[in-house]
Amino acid sequence: MSKVLPEPGRLPEIEVDPSAFRHLADAQVNVELDTGDMVLNIGPQHPATHGTLRLVVRLDGERVIAADPIIGYMHRGYEKLTEFRTYPQITTLINRIDWLSSFANEVPFISCAEKLMNIEAPPRAQYIRTILTELSRIATFLLFLGEMGLQVGAITPAFYGFRDREYVLNLIEAVTGGRFHPNFNRIGGLKDDLPWGFISDCRSAMHKVLESCDEFEDLVAGNPIFQARTRSIGIIPPELGAAYGVSGSNLRASGVDWDLRRDGVPYLVYNELDWKVWTHPDGDSFARYWVRLQETRESARMVLQMLDMMPAGPIMAKVPRIIKVPEGEVFVNTENPLGEMGYYVISKGATGPFRVKIRSASFSNVSILPWLLRGVYIPDIITILAGLYFILGDIDR
Amino acid sequence: MSPNADAPAEGAPTLTDESAGLLAALQAELGDAIVEHANAFGDVVVRVKPDAWRRTAQVCKEKLGCDYLSFVAGIDWMPAPLVADEGSGDTSAPVQPRDQTYGAAGSAGRYQAFAVVESTKQKATRAILKTDVGDDLRVESWVPVYAGADWHEREAWEMYGFVFDGHPSLRHIYLPAEFEGHPLRKDYPLLAREVKPWPGLVDVEPMPGGDADEEATPAASE
Repeated sequence: MSKVLPEPGRLPEIEVDPSAFRHLADAQVNVELDTGDMVLNIGPQHPATHGTLRLVVRLDGERVIAADPIIGYMHRGYEKLTEFRTYPQITTLINRIDWLSSFANEVPFISCAEKLMNIEAPPRAQYIRTILTELSRIATFLLFLGEMGLQVGAITPAFYGFRDREYVLNLIEAVTGGRFHPNFNRIGGLKDDLPWGFISDCRSAMHKVLESCDEFEDLVAGNPIFQARTRSIGIIPPELGAAYGVSGSNLRASGVDWDLRRDGVPYLVYNELDWKVWTHPDGDSFARYWVRLQETRESARMVLQMLDMMPAGPIMAKVPRIIKVPEGEVFVNTENPLGEMGYYVISKGATGPFRVKIRSASFSNVSILPWLLRGVYIPDIITILAGLYFILGDIDR
Repeated sequence: MSPNADAPAEGAPTLTDESAGLLAALQAELGDAIVEHANAFGDVVVRVKPDAWRRTAQVCKEKLGCDYLSFVAGIDWMPAPLVADEGSGDTSAPVQPRDQTYGAAGSAGRYQAFAVVESTKQKATRAILKTDVGDDLRVESWVPVYAGADWHEREAWEMYGFVFDGHPSLRHIYLPAEFEGHPLRKDYPLLAREVKPWPGLVDVEPMPGGDADEEATPAASE
């Protein structure tokens, strides 16, 4: 305290011992340091957001006090485009909504048109549709099971996920000719029958999937670091989740025992199969991982059952050559890998629909983010985003 | 599994038991706020008065157990003015009827808001709700009842211009903030088609002896 401090705006004329300022600096930290909020922009191009999701978060230190997801960077205007297309052309579009499970997207839309036209696909076509829907669910979830590990810093599971998904994609490719965009459904049935050797290939692939699920259970779900990063992180209360329209595995991970395959208006052949709906009471990121892991297994078991039960017969019903859909309105929703996928089709008797409302799962799943991210720490944003598991095409449509 | 034998004129199945129960409960709770109801392939479509729109949501959530919001969206019933007439030779889009007709449960005017709510506790329980939107384009917001209506209503505001009373922040969700117009209205052109016309069926060469020798298209005389 013996030395004179320089006045502000004037250069010091004497050499000052820095240690003399120490207690002053401390005092400033304690008293005057500005702790104002910081606004951090994540994305739209950020590896953790799986696409072009932009997240503007307001931070107090490391803690999020407000989050605003900004979507629409991939908006393609499908609801407008459907009004300028015929029904068979639209299936091409809707393949691109949730591009990881394109086949599952086609099913509800085709089902809308079939209901309006009063056509029913033959049983064999229904079985093949169910198998392919479950295969796309397995493919989608295997990617998730690996990628979720990647988001908490484990690189190995990601490779396992991609590797195992390949078995399933090969099967889908063998049937439909496309790995991601099959465009395989037709109004009244399917484009083709199963290829030769599919049943045995599919059976061995499903056993591989069951094995790899065990592996993921040991490697990722049983890992203490993974559990520490995901347990009690991002808890969605069941009532709030339902009010937000969060659906699918995300809602079942909050303990809501609700699966449209079982509880919705019956579709495909799920009623004929012996299977179970998995739920987890916790509602956190770990629960979402665990539920998807069990559902992957359950889907593999369902496919194995269906391979044994597959009926013979035609794969196409009698359909008029030019598809004109009678006047009417119908809503069909199905349990897609990411949640409830629904189409509300209004037809006025033309070859194309008058209005199609596309209810995509990820849009509603992500709409809970402003609530869910409030109060979490920055590293947990990543696990919450990964645990919700959305596809940007499914959000932006 | 089999097609319905006792199908009405529209070819639609009758109301499911769950839908009939929902309809009865809604009628008991809302009374004359219900304008009309219809059957959409087993689902119940209920059209309510605009001033009972939020009350309908409250009834659905609190009394009927429909705790899950599927979506809220809009409809523009105006016949598409930009789609060509039949026989004009323009096959860029499917030909739609020219007269303004309204779908299930009817409508008072051009715009409607509609929503689907479901129950996570009872099987196959869901209701399709509609309400008319007047010329002032004002609709009661559902955000106080279903938190998830927030983004859906922002989308309907952006796409149709509906103003949701009671919504916390109506701002653009998909489109840039400076975007003008409401793209899902029927009179909003599909810009991609304006820039580069869709060839449609024109690129199919007429087959000799086919029905290509019909009279010249009216579009060509313009």
